[in-house]
Amino acid sequence: MFGIKQDFICELPKKYYTLSNYEKGVARWCPGCGDHAVLSAVQRLCREEQLPPEKTVFVSGIGCSSRFPHYMNTYGFHGLHGRAFPVACGVKFRRPDLNVFVITGDGDCCSIGAGAWIHAIRYNMNITTILFDNQIYGMTKKQTSPTSRIGTVSNTHPTGSVLPPVNPLQTSLGMANASFVAQTADWVPGHLFATLKAGYEHPGFAFIKVIMRCSKFMGPLVEEMTTNRDAVSILTHENGIQPDEGTLRAFKNHRAHDPSDINAARELAEDKEVSYLGLFFQDKEAMRYDLYGAHNLGFSPEEKISAVNAQLDKYAV
Amino acid sequence: MKISAIVNQFKANFMEDGNGSLAAASPQTSDRLVLKEHILEIVSDSGEGAQKAGQSFGAVSAKMGNGVWTVEIIPADIQPPPRTKESASGIRIRFGSEKITNAGDEADVLVAFNEIVPYTRIEQNVYREGTIVLIENKWATDESRDIRQSYATAIEDFKSRGFVVYEIPMEEECLRLTPNPKKGKNMWVLGMLSHIYDRDLDKAAAQIEYTFRSKSKAVVDSNLQLLQAGYDWARENLSLRYRIPSIEASQELVVMNGNEALSFGIQAAGIELCSMYPITPATSTSHHLAECIQSSGGIIHQAEDEIAAVGFAIGASYAGKTSVTITSGPGLALKTEFLGLAVMAEVPLVVIDVQRGGPSTGLPTKVEQSDLLAVLYGQPGDSPKVVLAPSTIEECFHFVILARKIAESFRMPVILLSDANLATGVQPFPRPELREEWLSPPVDQSPWKEGVTAYDWDEKTGLSQRPVPGQAGGEYTLTGLAHSSAAKVTYLPEINQKTAALRSRKLATFGRTLKPPRIHGDEEGRLLIVGWGSTRGAIEEAVDRAREQGGRVSSLHLRFLSPMEPGLKDIFRRFDKVMTIEINYSDSPDDPMITPENRRYAQLAWLLRAQTLVDVDCFSNVHGQPLRPGKIFARIQKELNQ
Repeated sequence: MFGIKQDFICELPKKYYTLSNYEKGVARWCPGCGDHAVLSAVQRLCREEQLPPEKTVFVSGIGCSSRFPHYMNTYGFHGLHGRAFPVACGVKFRRPDLNVFVITGDGDCCSIGAGAWIHAIRYNMNITTILFDNQIYGMTKKQTSPTSRIGTVSNTHPTGSVLPPVNPLQTSLGMANASFVAQTADWVPGHLFATLKAGYEHPGFAFIKVIMRCSKFMGPLVEEMTTNRDAVSILTHENGIQPDEGTLRAFKNHRAHDPSDINAARELAEDKEVSYLGLFFQDKEAMRYDLYGAHNLGFSPEEKISAVNAQLDKYAV
Repeated sequence: MKISAIVNQFKANFMEDGNGSLAAASPQTSDRLVLKEHILEIVSDSGEGAQKAGQSFGAVSAKMGNGVWTVEIIPADIQPPPRTKESASGIRIRFGSEKITNAGDEADVLVAFNEIVPYTRIEQNVYREGTIVLIENKWATDESRDIRQSYATAIEDFKSRGFVVYEIPMEEECLRLTPNPKKGKNMWVLGMLSHIYDRDLDKAAAQIEYTFRSKSKAVVDSNLQLLQAGYDWARENLSLRYRIPSIEASQELVVMNGNEALSFGIQAAGIELCSMYPITPATSTSHHLAECIQSSGGIIHQAEDEIAAVGFAIGASYAGKTSVTITSGPGLALKTEFLGLAVMAEVPLVVIDVQRGGPSTGLPTKVEQSDLLAVLYGQPGDSPKVVLAPSTIEECFHFVILARKIAESFRMPVILLSDANLATGVQPFPRPELREEWLSPPVDQSPWKEGVTAYDWDEKTGLSQRPVPGQAGGEYTLTGLAHSSAAKVTYLPEINQKTAALRSRKLATFGRTLKPPRIHGDEEGRLLIVGWGSTRGAIEEAVDRAREQGGRVSSLHLRFLSPMEPGLKDIFRRFDKVMTIEINYSDSPDDPMITPENRRYAQLAWLLRAQTLVDVDCFSNVHGQPLRPGKIFARIQKELNQ
């Protein structure tokens, strides 16, 4: 064009996505809510992985955390309470080119959506799931959650909840075909980011439980979780999550754990005294149902018609 | 269909004249009583294979050019005790020289494997004086005195009912060929019937080969031997010889049941995902799809539950390719919330509901048309959607293709209401010529047009284009919450009012494309029967019968239930009385406590009354049986004579 030779033109990368390419609107979560931290970390992950926004889908259910897709400038699906998993699996099944994330809360995942959740683990599609576990129903104003500790005072249990809580890590690790189970916390940004990144890069269904602060309804618990650093231990291993130096310095308790050892992972998940942050279990070889779902994509119209005709032949009179 | 070497082997072994066809071994067909049509039932204990024999018989008859309708008699239990009424499993085949559109009235011939199982059907009044009963006679000499007694009593009872009884040594004859006649007696019976009705034995053999295609050669051979033996026995021992002339088909036909037709329709529509959870009587569609759909570029997903099945389909639809989920009443109830989401968020989706008896678990294997109001009004909030009801097996095929197109053009769920009668009925229809335009288009991945929102509604029609993940610039977050055209959550009163109106307007827009329904019979008269779904054949046959006797009755059959076909009010005005005939519950006007004010009408009648303000009456029942033309005829006569 205009006689300018091609080799005078600088080669720029096709498009470089900045954080602002992933941001949309102002998040309407309470000040001090852990959801803000995860949103920032996820946007950072998208930029670091340079995920094209049009090829990225955030699927959520209902609850505070499930508003998440509205604050991402990607495709999103803010669907029904407890039903993010089937939708996300349906999105992924025939669209291997899409990056699919599930954003869910403790009520959404572990109560109303428990059936779909455990089967999503079993399907092991290449989906990154982030469970925002704040142990309380926030959006509907403080009802007991399936992960609330015994004695949690809520509007549905004014004298304290009575049932032992669901342990999402234990449940995930108990499910057939589990392939990535990790835990992190919203107030440990370096570890949070490293865990999300490891989950995204895992070839399969990454289940990441994020211990969340609900500053509005769970103040004392938040205080206890964020100040008592002895109750937290960082899992370390060459095949595990590699957090930043700051995290390792801030949390003195470390525990070596090989993420290929599912029995050890289950024991750690059972520990009621200590919350372990890190990768509990990973199996990169687990069967992937999304690969099965996408194995016969892209038939031409001629191929489709001739296949149906061949079947009709069997029914011909 | 290719007939394999084994059949040729049989020709060599059994044929008398060797001139190329097994059927040529039959004696002079001119002795045969020529009939216009016959209704045959085969009833056995569950697991004895009466259905397989009957299906083969129906397929062979269709292949010979007869009009055919078959319907299964299904026990509700998996393994009911033998020789009980609960154990009755079987099939009804109505076949004739002309097109057969329904299962008909009382049977002409019954083949019974024992004396107990017919009583299930006797209770349903499906036999008449003169019905021929061909019954296994081994019970007459059973070692148990009780059984011998039971058999003798039943035979007497059959005779007193006017049945013409032939006692047939089925097991005794089969024992000559197989040590285990329980397996294979059905094929012997197929052979016997093939002689009685002058069926083409080549075609029967080919049918057996196809039925047992996954079994070993020894199994196929054994069944072919039994077929021939039954045929030969009837030739030598039975005087029953009928001939039902066939009409040479002018076009190529295919023969299948409604669920198979749905499966073919799904594939011919280019739908690449069926997400389902097993439920009777819808499941056999999934079985057929499971066998076939991967060859046509699709896949079936058996979900963990009904809710996940529809959610998965919606996810896949959202990501580009309109998907289908298939279910029956109880599953439909579970899918309700997701259907509301598909309406609210305008996700194209095809939902097939093969209706069964309800409420709750109801009558899993039996026919009912009870989900009409549930699909229309089952979702909380206003939830406009398109509802179609195929009325023939052929329409089961074509309506899926139509449903996908409507779903995509109008960006909404389309529900197809089939039922157990269509699901299990087998009928030939012209082989569809598949077209590329029937297939779903490839997923659009071109950049989204700048300045166009995710719900850029056209005010006049309510229509909008849908961005699909992968389209740069079209990013939006779908939500089931009230939302603006930019897909932003909003609770503003005016926006909620307007968006509800736009969603509803799509139905009106679609309704504008429909023509008034065709009237079967005269354009005016004393009585108009209105039906929908699988009852069409029986209604039209009954109307024809009444018209032959001078009755001023016509019928019309609605295929579109939402929106309804236009012009109904004008049509209704031309008749003295309008009455729906449906297979669902309505109060009878003479029931205790029932007044004209509190009477609860059949489901279509409710809708028509509301839509047209015409005092539409209804005649319906929940017997779980296909409606018989004779019953409808009697009701028409009653109405006309009033």
